[in-house]
Amino acid sequence: MSANNGEIKKMMIILSKGTLENVYAAFVLANGARMEGIDAEVFFTFFGLEAIHKKKLSHLHVATVGNPAMHIPTMLGGLPGMEALASNMMKKEMEKIDMPDVQEFLDILSASGVKMWACKLAMDMFHYKKEDLFEGVEEVITVGDFYMKSEGEGVHMLFI
Amino acid sequence: MEKTIAGKSIAVNEEGYLTDFKQWDKSVGEALAAEAEINLTPRHWDVLTYLQTEHKNEVPLSIRKIGKSGVVDIKEFYQLFPKAPLKTATKIAGIPKPASCI
Repeated sequence: MSANNGEIKKMMIILSKGTLENVYAAFVLANGARMEGIDAEVFFTFFGLEAIHKKKLSHLHVATVGNPAMHIPTMLGGLPGMEALASNMMKKEMEKIDMPDVQEFLDILSASGVKMWACKLAMDMFHYKKEDLFEGVEEVITVGDFYMKSEGEGVHMLFI
Repeated sequence: MEKTIAGKSIAVNEEGYLTDFKQWDKSVGEALAAEAEINLTPRHWDVLTYLQTEHKNEVPLSIRKIGKSGVVDIKEFYQLFPKAPLKTATKIAGIPKPASCI
C-alpha cells in the first residue's frame, strides 16, 4: 500500500440544496480547490440541480425562513417578497467583493476543469432532461457512478 | 530569508515569493518557472506582464479578473500554469501571492 502524506488530491462535492448560500459555498470550495491545484468534481442532486438548470439558475434565493443567522424574524421572513429582497441585497454585496453570479461562476468552474455531474434519481424525480442543464455538465449519473469516480487516495468527499 | 535564484541572492518569504519586486528580472522569472517545471513561452510572458501591471496598479488579483482581462481566458490560464495557476504565475512574476478566494 502506498502511503499518502495527507495531501488532498481531489474534492468530491455533493450539492443537495438550491439556496444561494449553499450553491455559493459549493462553488467557492470547488473553485478554491482548482486554484490550489486540487481536482474538483461536483455532484448535483435534489434541489442542488436548480444551480445547473438553465431556466432556474439565475433565480436562486437565500433562505429567509428557518435561518437564524439572517436575523430576520421567521414570521417576517415568510412574507411575500422577503426572499427576493434578501437575495437582491446579498447579490449586491457579492458583486462588491467580486463574486460572480451563478451563471458566470458555472462558466468559471467549467473553464477551470471542474467536472460536473447530475444525479439521475433527482433528474427523474423532477422530470428534468440533460438539455435543460448548463452545457458544462458532463453527464447524468447514478450515485454508484459517483462513488466509482471518487476512488483513489487523497480524495475527500463533502456534502452540502 | 535569502535564496539564490539565477545566481543572485534574492529576498523571499517562507513560501518562496519575492518580497522585493525590484530584485526581479527575466532571468529570475525563468529560474522560478523552471522550479515549477514550466517552460516559458511568449504566451506565458503576456500573462506574467499583465499580472505585474495589475499588481503595480494595486488591483487585487482573482481568477475572475484573469478571465475578464482580455489577455488570457481561464481555460488557457490553467493550460499555461497547470497546477495552482494564480499562485504559480504570481510567484514567477515576482509579486505577492493573491489573498483572493475566487
